[in-house]
Amino acid sequence: MSLHPDKIPLLHGLADGELDAANTIAIEAHLKSCGDCRAELAKIEALRDMLSTPSLRTPSPDGLRARIEAVIDTESGTAHQVARPAPQRLAPTRPRYFGDGVAAHVLNRRWGSGALTGALAASLLIALAVPQLTQAGLEDQLVQSHVRSLLVGHVVDVATSNRHLVKPWFNGKVDFAPPVPELADEGFPLAGGRLDYLDDHEVAAIVYRRRLHTINLFVRPARTLSLAGAVSMRRDGYNLIRWTAGGLEYWAVSDLDARELELFRQLYAARTAS
Amino acid sequence: MKGTGLFRPRLVFSADRAEAARTAEADKAARFRQAMLVHMDAAYNLARYLARDATIAEDIVQDAFLRAYRGFESWRGEAPKYWLLAIVRKCHLDHVAANRKGGPAASLDDWADAPPPQLVESHNPESLLAEKGEAVMLRTSIEQLPEPFRETLVLRELEELSYKEIAAITEVPIGTVMSRLARAREMLHNLLIPGGWREARS
Repeated sequence: MSLHPDKIPLLHGLADGELDAANTIAIEAHLKSCGDCRAELAKIEALRDMLSTPSLRTPSPDGLRARIEAVIDTESGTAHQVARPAPQRLAPTRPRYFGDGVAAHVLNRRWGSGALTGALAASLLIALAVPQLTQAGLEDQLVQSHVRSLLVGHVVDVATSNRHLVKPWFNGKVDFAPPVPELADEGFPLAGGRLDYLDDHEVAAIVYRRRLHTINLFVRPARTLSLAGAVSMRRDGYNLIRWTAGGLEYWAVSDLDARELELFRQLYAARTAS
Repeated sequence: MKGTGLFRPRLVFSADRAEAARTAEADKAARFRQAMLVHMDAAYNLARYLARDATIAEDIVQDAFLRAYRGFESWRGEAPKYWLLAIVRKCHLDHVAANRKGGPAASLDDWADAPPPQLVESHNPESLLAEKGEAVMLRTSIEQLPEPFRETLVLRELEELSYKEIAAITEVPIGTVMSRLARAREMLHNLLIPGGWREARS
Protein backbone atom coordinates (compact mmCIF):
# COMPACT_ATOMS: atom_id res chain seq x y z
CA MET A 1 0.00 0.00 0.00
CA SER A 2 1.13 3.48 -0.73
CA LEU A 3 2.10 5.88 2.00
CA HIS A 4 -0.83 8.03 0.96
CA PRO A 5 -4.02 5.98 1.31
CA ASP A 6 -6.09 9.12 0.84
CA LYS A 7 -4.66 9.52 -2.63
CA ILE A 8 -5.54 5.99 -3.77
CA PRO A 9 -9.08 6.73 -5.07
CA LEU A 10 -7.69 9.72 -6.92
CA LEU A 11 -5.05 7.56 -8.58
CA HIS A 12 -7.78 5.19 -9.80
CA GLY A 13 -9.84 8.15 -10.92
CA LEU A 14 -6.89 9.49 -12.83
CA ALA A 15 -6.27 6.14 -14.53
CA ASP A 16 -9.94 5.97 -15.44
CA GLY A 17 -10.04 9.53 -16.73
CA GLU A 18 -12.78 10.33 -14.25
CA LEU A 19 -11.24 13.27 -12.37
CA ASP A 20 -12.26 16.85 -12.86
CA ALA A 21 -9.65 19.44 -13.80
CA ALA A 22 -8.91 20.61 -10.24
CA ASN A 23 -8.35 17.09 -8.91
CA THR A 24 -6.30 16.12 -11.97
CA ILE A 25 -3.93 19.03 -11.47
CA ALA A 26 -3.66 18.32 -7.74
CA ILE A 27 -2.88 14.63 -8.10
CA GLU A 28 -0.41 15.20 -10.95
CA ALA A 29 1.42 17.69 -8.81
CA HIS A 30 1.52 15.14 -6.00
CA LEU A 31 2.78 12.41 -8.32
CA LYS A 32 5.81 14.50 -9.27
CA SER A 33 7.00 14.45 -5.72
CA CYS A 34 5.85 10.97 -4.59
CA GLY A 35 7.51 7.81 -5.85
CA ASP A 36 5.14 5.52 -3.96
CA CYS A 37 2.11 6.95 -5.66
CA ARG A 38 3.83 6.82 -9.05
CA ALA A 39 4.48 3.10 -8.48
CA GLU A 40 0.88 2.65 -7.40
CA LEU A 41 -0.41 4.34 -10.53
CA ALA A 42 1.89 2.20 -12.68
CA LYS A 43 0.39 -0.93 -11.09
CA ILE A 44 -3.14 0.28 -11.72
CA GLU A 45 -2.31 0.97 -15.33
CA ALA A 46 -0.58 -2.39 -15.77
CA LEU A 47 -3.65 -4.13 -14.40
CA ARG A 48 -5.94 -2.14 -16.65
CA ASP A 49 -3.79 -3.21 -19.60
CA MET A 50 -4.16 -6.84 -18.61
CA LEU A 51 -7.92 -6.47 -18.32
CA SER A 52 -8.31 -4.83 -21.69
CA THR A 53 -7.87 -8.10 -23.56
CA PRO A 54 -11.06 -9.04 -25.44
CA SER A 55 -10.63 -12.69 -24.46
CA LEU A 56 -11.93 -11.81 -21.00
CA ARG A 57 -15.33 -11.28 -22.48
CA THR A 58 -17.46 -14.38 -22.69
CA PRO A 59 -19.03 -14.62 -26.12
CA SER A 60 -22.78 -15.16 -26.09
CA PRO A 61 -23.87 -18.73 -26.74
CA ASP A 62 -25.09 -19.47 -30.25
CA GLY A 63 -28.77 -19.88 -29.53
CA LEU A 64 -29.14 -16.84 -27.26
CA ARG A 65 -29.99 -14.37 -29.96
CA ALA A 66 -32.69 -16.66 -31.33
CA ARG A 67 -34.13 -17.07 -27.85
CA ILE A 68 -34.26 -13.32 -27.34
CA GLU A 69 -35.73 -12.78 -30.79
CA ALA A 70 -38.38 -15.33 -29.87
CA VAL A 71 -39.10 -13.46 -26.63
CA ILE A 72 -39.56 -10.21 -28.54
CA ASP A 73 -41.68 -11.97 -31.16
CA THR A 74 -43.90 -13.51 -28.53
CA GLU A 75 -44.22 -10.29 -26.55
CA SER A 76 -44.94 -8.10 -29.54
CA GLY A 77 -47.24 -10.65 -31.14
CA THR A 78 -45.29 -10.16 -34.35
CA ALA A 79 -44.21 -13.76 -34.43
CA HIS A 80 -44.15 -14.90 -38.02
CA GLN A 81 -47.06 -12.77 -39.09
CA VAL A 82 -46.65 -13.83 -42.66
CA ALA A 83 -47.01 -17.49 -41.96
CA ARG A 84 -49.35 -17.44 -39.00
CA PRO A 85 -52.79 -15.99 -39.64
CA ALA A 86 -53.05 -13.03 -37.32
CA PRO A 87 -56.41 -12.94 -35.54
CA GLN A 88 -55.84 -16.10 -33.61
CA ARG A 89 -58.58 -15.50 -31.06
CA LEU A 90 -61.23 -15.23 -33.75
CA ALA A 91 -60.29 -18.45 -35.39
CA PRO A 92 -63.42 -20.43 -34.50
CA THR A 93 -65.44 -18.26 -36.85
CA ARG A 94 -62.80 -18.37 -39.51
CA PRO A 95 -63.16 -21.08 -42.12
CA ARG A 96 -59.56 -20.67 -43.25
CA TYR A 97 -58.45 -24.14 -42.35
CA PHE A 98 -61.55 -25.76 -43.70
CA GLY A 99 -61.68 -26.02 -47.41
CA ASP A 100 -65.39 -26.38 -47.88
CA GLY A 101 -68.25 -24.28 -46.71
CA VAL A 102 -70.08 -27.21 -45.23
CA ALA A 103 -67.33 -27.84 -42.74
CA ALA A 104 -67.34 -24.19 -41.71
CA HIS A 105 -71.06 -24.22 -41.38
CA VAL A 106 -71.05 -27.25 -39.13
CA LEU A 107 -68.23 -25.81 -37.10
CA ASN A 108 -70.12 -22.61 -36.52
CA ARG A 109 -73.13 -24.55 -35.48
CA ARG A 110 -70.94 -26.32 -33.03
CA TRP A 111 -69.76 -23.07 -31.54
CA GLY A 112 -73.20 -21.59 -31.65
CA SER A 113 -74.63 -24.52 -29.81
CA GLY A 114 -71.75 -24.50 -27.36
CA ALA A 115 -73.47 -21.54 -25.72
CA LEU A 116 -76.73 -23.45 -25.53
CA THR A 117 -75.41 -26.53 -23.89
CA GLY A 118 -78.91 -27.73 -22.99
CA ALA A 119 -79.61 -29.19 -26.38
CA LEU A 120 -78.86 -32.84 -26.07
CA ALA A 121 -79.33 -33.50 -29.75
CA ALA A 122 -76.80 -30.84 -30.61
CA SER A 123 -74.37 -32.35 -28.16
CA LEU A 124 -74.73 -35.68 -29.82
CA LEU A 125 -74.13 -34.07 -33.16
CA ILE A 126 -70.92 -32.55 -31.84
CA ALA A 127 -69.77 -35.83 -30.44
CA LEU A 128 -70.39 -37.60 -33.68
CA ALA A 129 -69.61 -35.04 -36.34
CA VAL A 130 -67.04 -32.64 -34.96
CA PRO A 131 -64.08 -34.82 -34.11
CA GLN A 132 -63.62 -35.81 -37.72
CA LEU A 133 -64.07 -32.32 -39.04
CA THR A 134 -61.79 -30.57 -36.60
CA GLN A 135 -59.28 -33.30 -37.08
CA ALA A 136 -59.11 -32.58 -40.79
CA GLY A 137 -58.38 -28.94 -39.98
CA LEU A 138 -55.97 -29.90 -37.27
CA GLU A 139 -53.88 -31.99 -39.60
CA ASP A 140 -53.50 -28.99 -41.89
CA GLN A 141 -52.48 -26.83 -38.96
CA LEU A 142 -49.97 -29.40 -37.81
CA VAL A 143 -48.35 -29.69 -41.20
CA GLN A 144 -48.34 -25.90 -41.53
CA SER A 145 -46.74 -25.50 -38.10
CA HIS A 146 -44.17 -28.12 -38.97
CA VAL A 147 -43.29 -26.53 -42.32
CA ARG A 148 -43.30 -23.04 -40.83
CA SER A 149 -40.88 -24.07 -38.10
CA LEU A 150 -38.48 -25.27 -40.78
CA LEU A 151 -38.96 -22.36 -43.17
CA VAL A 152 -38.39 -19.48 -40.81
CA GLY A 153 -35.49 -21.25 -39.13
CA HIS A 154 -37.40 -21.06 -35.90
CA VAL A 155 -37.53 -24.73 -35.04
CA VAL A 156 -36.83 -24.23 -31.36
CA ASP A 157 -37.16 -21.49 -28.75
CA VAL A 158 -34.93 -23.39 -26.41
CA ALA A 159 -32.16 -25.12 -28.31
CA THR A 160 -30.56 -27.86 -26.34
CA SER A 161 -30.04 -31.57 -26.42
CA ASN A 162 -30.41 -31.62 -22.65
CA ARG A 163 -33.87 -32.79 -21.70
CA HIS A 164 -33.40 -31.37 -18.21
CA LEU A 165 -33.43 -27.94 -19.80
CA VAL A 166 -36.32 -28.48 -22.18
CA LYS A 167 -38.77 -29.79 -19.62
CA PRO A 168 -38.48 -26.92 -17.14
CA TRP A 169 -38.49 -24.45 -20.01
CA PHE A 170 -42.11 -25.35 -20.70
CA ASN A 171 -42.90 -24.75 -17.05
CA GLY A 172 -45.13 -21.70 -16.82
CA LYS A 173 -45.50 -21.49 -20.59
CA VAL A 174 -48.02 -24.28 -20.89
CA ASP A 175 -50.25 -25.55 -18.09
CA PHE A 176 -49.24 -29.17 -18.48
CA ALA A 177 -45.91 -30.97 -18.28
CA PRO A 178 -44.93 -32.66 -21.52
CA PRO A 179 -42.54 -35.57 -20.98
CA VAL A 180 -39.19 -35.06 -22.68
CA PRO A 181 -37.39 -38.41 -22.78
CA GLU A 182 -33.88 -38.80 -24.12
CA LEU A 183 -33.90 -40.82 -27.35
CA ALA A 184 -30.46 -39.99 -28.74
CA ASP A 185 -29.23 -43.52 -28.10
CA GLU A 186 -31.94 -44.74 -30.46
CA GLY A 187 -30.96 -42.26 -33.16
CA PHE A 188 -33.49 -39.55 -32.28
CA PRO A 189 -31.45 -36.77 -30.64
CA LEU A 190 -33.37 -34.01 -28.90
CA ALA A 191 -33.05 -30.61 -30.58
CA GLY A 192 -35.08 -28.48 -28.20
CA GLY A 193 -38.54 -27.13 -27.53
CA ARG A 194 -40.82 -24.46 -28.82
CA LEU A 195 -44.16 -22.91 -28.01
CA ASP A 196 -46.68 -23.27 -30.82
CA TYR A 197 -50.38 -22.84 -31.37
CA LEU A 198 -53.04 -25.31 -32.36
CA ASP A 199 -56.71 -24.44 -32.44
CA ASP A 200 -55.69 -21.17 -30.79
CA HIS A 201 -54.26 -22.80 -27.75
CA GLU A 202 -50.66 -22.90 -26.75
CA VAL A 203 -49.13 -26.29 -27.21
CA ALA A 204 -45.69 -27.64 -26.50
CA ALA A 205 -43.64 -28.58 -29.54
CA ILE A 206 -40.73 -30.84 -28.72
CA VAL A 207 -38.26 -31.20 -31.53
CA TYR A 208 -36.28 -34.34 -32.22
CA ARG A 209 -33.99 -35.12 -35.12
CA ARG A 210 -33.53 -38.23 -37.19
CA ARG A 211 -30.47 -37.89 -39.39
CA LEU A 212 -31.31 -34.77 -41.40
CA HIS A 213 -35.01 -34.94 -40.72
CA THR A 214 -36.85 -32.93 -38.12
CA ILE A 215 -39.67 -34.33 -36.03
CA ASN A 216 -42.06 -31.89 -34.44
CA LEU A 217 -43.89 -33.50 -31.56
CA PHE A 218 -46.88 -31.40 -30.57
CA VAL A 219 -48.28 -32.05 -27.12
CA ARG A 220 -51.47 -30.75 -25.59
CA PRO A 221 -53.99 -31.92 -23.00
CA ALA A 222 -56.22 -34.61 -24.45
CA ARG A 223 -59.88 -33.79 -24.84
CA THR A 224 -62.37 -36.02 -23.19
CA LEU A 225 -63.69 -37.25 -26.47
CA SER A 226 -60.28 -38.07 -27.90
CA LEU A 227 -59.79 -41.51 -29.27
CA ALA A 228 -57.12 -43.58 -27.63
CA GLY A 229 -54.65 -45.55 -29.72
CA ALA A 230 -52.26 -44.45 -32.41
CA VAL A 231 -53.49 -43.29 -35.78
CA SER A 232 -51.09 -42.52 -38.57
CA MET A 233 -51.91 -40.52 -41.65
CA ARG A 234 -50.27 -38.74 -44.50
CA ARG A 235 -50.88 -35.20 -45.63
CA ASP A 236 -49.12 -33.03 -48.22
CA GLY A 237 -46.20 -35.42 -48.25
CA TYR A 238 -45.76 -35.38 -44.47
CA ASN A 239 -46.46 -38.20 -42.10
CA LEU A 240 -48.43 -37.65 -38.93
CA ILE A 241 -49.05 -39.95 -36.03
CA ARG A 242 -51.47 -39.16 -33.29
CA TRP A 243 -51.79 -40.91 -29.98
CA THR A 244 -52.86 -40.17 -26.44
CA ALA A 245 -51.26 -41.18 -23.17
CA GLY A 246 -51.50 -39.98 -19.61
CA GLY A 247 -54.13 -37.38 -20.38
CA LEU A 248 -52.05 -35.80 -23.14
CA GLU A 249 -52.57 -35.84 -26.87
CA TYR A 250 -49.50 -36.24 -29.04
CA TRP A 251 -49.02 -35.43 -32.69
CA ALA A 252 -45.72 -36.33 -34.31
CA VAL A 253 -45.17 -34.63 -37.67
CA SER A 254 -42.23 -35.22 -39.96
CA ASP A 255 -41.10 -35.89 -43.47
CA LEU A 256 -39.67 -39.15 -42.15
CA ASP A 257 -41.26 -42.21 -43.65
CA ALA A 258 -44.20 -43.63 -41.76
CA ARG A 259 -42.29 -46.65 -40.52
CA GLU A 260 -39.56 -44.61 -38.85
CA LEU A 261 -42.05 -42.18 -37.41
CA GLU A 262 -43.92 -45.11 -35.91
CA LEU A 263 -40.61 -46.32 -34.45
CA PHE A 264 -40.20 -42.89 -32.93
CA ARG A 265 -43.68 -43.08 -31.43
CA GLN A 266 -43.02 -46.49 -29.92
CA LEU A 267 -39.72 -45.37 -28.40
CA TYR A 268 -41.20 -42.19 -27.06
CA ALA A 269 -44.21 -43.98 -25.61
CA ALA A 270 -42.01 -46.67 -24.06
CA ARG A 271 -39.68 -44.15 -22.44
CA THR A 272 -42.45 -42.01 -21.07
CA ALA A 273 -44.42 -44.97 -19.76
CA SER A 274 -41.62 -46.19 -17.54
CA MET B 1 -70.61 -19.92 -45.81
CA LYS B 2 -73.89 -18.62 -44.48
CA GLY B 3 -72.78 -19.43 -40.99
CA THR B 4 -69.92 -16.95 -41.00
CA GLY B 5 -72.08 -14.01 -42.11
CA LEU B 6 -73.40 -13.54 -38.65
CA PHE B 7 -69.96 -12.94 -37.21
CA ARG B 8 -68.48 -10.90 -39.97
CA PRO B 9 -69.20 -7.29 -38.87
CA ARG B 10 -67.62 -7.86 -35.49
CA LEU B 11 -64.74 -9.68 -37.03
CA VAL B 12 -63.87 -6.86 -39.44
CA PHE B 13 -64.15 -4.23 -36.74
CA SER B 14 -61.86 -6.00 -34.30
CA ALA B 15 -59.53 -6.95 -37.10
CA ASP B 16 -59.04 -3.25 -37.93
CA ARG B 17 -58.30 -2.34 -34.35
CA ALA B 18 -56.12 -5.36 -33.97
CA GLU B 19 -54.27 -4.32 -37.11
CA ALA B 20 -53.55 -0.84 -35.70
CA ALA B 21 -52.39 -2.30 -32.40
CA ARG B 22 -50.22 -4.76 -34.23
CA THR B 23 -48.57 -2.05 -36.29
CA ALA B 24 -47.73 -0.06 -33.15
CA GLU B 25 -46.43 -3.18 -31.48
CA ALA B 26 -44.34 -4.12 -34.51
CA ASP B 27 -42.91 -0.60 -34.53
CA LYS B 28 -42.00 -0.87 -30.85
CA ALA B 29 -40.39 -4.25 -31.47
CA ALA B 30 -38.33 -2.80 -34.33
CA ARG B 31 -37.14 0.16 -32.25
CA PHE B 32 -36.33 -2.13 -29.35
CA ARG B 33 -34.32 -4.47 -31.55
CA GLN B 34 -32.35 -1.62 -33.04
CA ALA B 35 -31.51 0.01 -29.71
CA MET B 36 -31.00 -2.99 -27.46
CA LEU B 37 -30.10 -6.11 -29.37
CA VAL B 38 -26.59 -4.87 -30.19
CA HIS B 39 -25.87 -4.93 -26.46
CA MET B 40 -26.75 -8.58 -26.03
CA ASP B 41 -23.08 -9.55 -25.75
CA ALA B 42 -22.50 -6.97 -23.03
CA ALA B 43 -25.60 -8.19 -21.22
CA TYR B 44 -24.47 -11.79 -21.41
CA ASN B 45 -20.92 -10.92 -20.34
CA LEU B 46 -22.18 -9.11 -17.24
CA ALA B 47 -24.67 -11.87 -16.41
CA ARG B 48 -21.95 -14.44 -16.84
CA TYR B 49 -19.60 -12.70 -14.41
CA LEU B 50 -22.39 -12.07 -11.92
CA ALA B 51 -23.93 -15.55 -12.02
CA ARG B 52 -20.68 -17.40 -12.78
CA ASP B 53 -22.70 -20.02 -14.62
CA ALA B 54 -23.33 -20.21 -18.36
CA THR B 55 -26.86 -21.59 -18.21
CA ILE B 56 -28.06 -19.25 -15.48
CA ALA B 57 -26.47 -16.34 -17.29
CA GLU B 58 -28.43 -17.21 -20.40
CA ASP B 59 -31.69 -17.33 -18.44
CA ILE B 60 -30.89 -14.01 -16.79
CA VAL B 61 -30.24 -12.36 -20.15
CA GLN B 62 -33.43 -13.77 -21.63
CA ASP B 63 -35.38 -12.57 -18.61
CA ALA B 64 -33.67 -9.18 -18.81
CA PHE B 65 -34.63 -8.73 -22.45
CA LEU B 66 -38.20 -9.68 -21.63
CA ARG B 67 -38.35 -7.10 -18.85
CA ALA B 68 -36.55 -4.54 -20.96
CA TYR B 69 -39.09 -5.02 -23.73
CA ARG B 70 -42.02 -4.74 -21.34
CA GLY B 71 -40.54 -1.61 -19.80
CA PHE B 72 -39.30 -0.13 -23.05
CA GLU B 73 -41.72 2.80 -22.72
CA SER B 74 -39.79 3.91 -19.66
CA TRP B 75 -36.56 4.19 -21.64
CA ARG B 76 -35.86 7.91 -21.90
CA GLY B 77 -33.09 7.73 -24.45
CA GLU B 78 -30.27 7.23 -21.96
CA ALA B 79 -27.33 5.11 -23.12
CA PRO B 80 -29.00 1.82 -24.13
CA LYS B 81 -26.17 -0.32 -22.81
CA TYR B 82 -26.31 1.31 -19.41
CA TRP B 83 -30.11 0.99 -19.31
CA LEU B 84 -30.01 -2.67 -20.29
CA LEU B 85 -27.19 -3.62 -17.91
CA ALA B 86 -29.11 -2.12 -15.00
CA ILE B 87 -31.95 -4.53 -15.83
CA VAL B 88 -29.54 -7.45 -16.17
CA ARG B 89 -28.23 -6.72 -12.69
CA LYS B 90 -31.76 -6.59 -11.27
CA CYS B 91 -32.60 -9.91 -12.92
CA HIS B 92 -29.48 -11.43 -11.43
CA LEU B 93 -30.40 -10.24 -7.93
CA ASP B 94 -33.94 -11.56 -8.38
CA HIS B 95 -32.57 -14.86 -9.54
CA VAL B 96 -30.32 -15.10 -6.49
CA ALA B 97 -33.21 -14.15 -4.19
CA ALA B 98 -35.56 -16.67 -5.80
CA ASN B 99 -33.07 -19.48 -5.36
CA ARG B 100 -32.31 -18.53 -1.80
CA LYS B 101 -35.99 -18.89 -0.91
CA GLY B 102 -35.84 -22.48 -2.05
CA GLY B 103 -36.20 -22.53 -5.77
CA PRO B 104 -36.62 -25.63 -7.91
CA ALA B 105 -34.77 -28.61 -6.53
CA ALA B 106 -32.90 -29.14 -9.76
CA SER B 107 -31.00 -25.88 -9.56
CA LEU B 108 -30.19 -26.40 -5.89
CA ASP B 109 -28.77 -29.80 -6.77
CA ASP B 110 -26.73 -28.24 -9.52
CA TRP B 111 -25.15 -25.90 -7.04
CA ALA B 112 -24.70 -28.41 -4.26
CA ASP B 113 -21.46 -29.87 -5.59
CA ALA B 114 -20.11 -26.56 -6.83
CA PRO B 115 -19.11 -24.31 -3.94
CA PRO B 116 -18.82 -20.60 -4.74
CA PRO B 117 -15.42 -19.92 -6.27
CA GLN B 118 -14.19 -17.73 -3.42
CA LEU B 119 -14.40 -20.76 -1.13
CA VAL B 120 -12.23 -22.83 -3.44
CA GLU B 121 -8.65 -23.21 -2.30
CA SER B 122 -6.51 -20.51 -3.79
CA HIS B 123 -5.34 -21.59 -7.21
CA ASN B 124 -1.70 -21.66 -7.98
CA PRO B 125 -1.51 -18.87 -10.55
CA GLU B 126 1.60 -20.24 -12.22
CA SER B 127 0.21 -23.70 -12.93
CA LEU B 128 -3.11 -22.21 -14.03
CA LEU B 129 -1.26 -19.91 -16.36
CA ALA B 130 0.70 -22.76 -17.85
CA GLU B 131 -2.41 -24.90 -18.11
CA LYS B 132 -5.06 -22.66 -19.51
CA GLY B 133 -3.50 -19.38 -20.42
CA GLU B 134 -3.59 -15.93 -19.10
CA ALA B 135 -7.18 -15.12 -20.02
CA VAL B 136 -8.56 -18.07 -18.08
CA MET B 137 -6.48 -17.18 -15.08
CA LEU B 138 -7.65 -13.59 -15.21
CA ARG B 139 -11.23 -14.66 -15.62
CA THR B 140 -11.04 -17.12 -12.74
CA SER B 141 -9.48 -14.45 -10.59
CA ILE B 142 -12.22 -11.95 -11.39
CA GLU B 143 -14.84 -14.57 -10.57
CA GLN B 144 -13.29 -15.02 -7.15
CA LEU B 145 -13.87 -11.40 -6.17
CA PRO B 146 -16.81 -10.82 -3.82
CA GLU B 147 -19.86 -9.64 -5.71
CA PRO B 148 -19.87 -5.87 -5.06
CA PHE B 149 -16.24 -5.62 -6.12
CA ARG B 150 -16.65 -8.02 -9.03
CA GLU B 151 -19.63 -6.17 -10.44
CA THR B 152 -17.96 -2.78 -10.11
CA LEU B 153 -14.79 -4.04 -11.77
CA VAL B 154 -16.62 -5.75 -14.64
CA LEU B 155 -18.81 -2.71 -15.30
CA ARG B 156 -15.74 -0.49 -15.37
CA GLU B 157 -13.05 -2.57 -17.06
CA LEU B 158 -15.06 -4.80 -19.35
CA GLU B 159 -18.17 -2.78 -20.08
CA GLU B 160 -16.35 0.55 -19.83
CA LEU B 161 -19.13 2.39 -18.06
CA SER B 162 -18.46 5.69 -16.31
CA TYR B 163 -18.33 6.01 -12.50
CA LYS B 164 -21.62 7.87 -12.69
CA GLU B 165 -23.32 5.07 -14.63
CA ILE B 166 -21.90 2.40 -12.33
CA ALA B 167 -23.11 4.37 -9.31
CA ALA B 168 -26.62 4.52 -10.77
CA ILE B 169 -26.70 0.83 -11.72
CA THR B 170 -25.36 -0.45 -8.42
CA GLU B 171 -27.35 2.12 -6.44
CA VAL B 172 -24.45 3.49 -4.40
CA PRO B 173 -22.74 6.92 -4.28
CA ILE B 174 -19.85 7.61 -6.66
CA GLY B 175 -17.45 7.62 -3.71
CA THR B 176 -18.41 4.03 -2.98
CA VAL B 177 -17.84 3.10 -6.62
CA MET B 178 -14.34 4.60 -6.40
CA SER B 179 -13.43 2.79 -3.21
CA ARG B 180 -14.89 -0.51 -4.46
CA LEU B 181 -12.98 -0.19 -7.69
CA ALA B 182 -9.74 0.54 -5.88
CA ARG B 183 -10.33 -2.41 -3.57
CA ALA B 184 -11.32 -4.70 -6.46
CA ARG B 185 -8.14 -3.88 -8.35
CA GLU B 186 -6.05 -4.42 -5.27
CA MET B 187 -7.66 -7.81 -4.61
CA LEU B 188 -7.30 -8.83 -8.21
CA HIS B 189 -3.67 -7.80 -8.26
CA ASN B 190 -3.07 -9.86 -5.13
CA LEU B 191 -4.76 -12.87 -6.68
CA LEU B 192 -2.65 -12.61 -9.79
CA ILE B 193 0.62 -11.84 -8.06
CA PRO B 194 0.20 -12.88 -4.41
CA GLY B 195 1.70 -10.23 -2.21
CA GLY B 196 2.53 -8.24 -5.28
CA TRP B 197 0.47 -5.19 -4.62
CA ARG B 198 2.55 -4.35 -1.61
CA GLU B 199 5.54 -6.52 -2.38
CA ALA B 200 7.98 -3.81 -1.30
CA ARG B 201 6.72 -4.04 2.25
CA SER B 202 5.62 -7.61 2.85
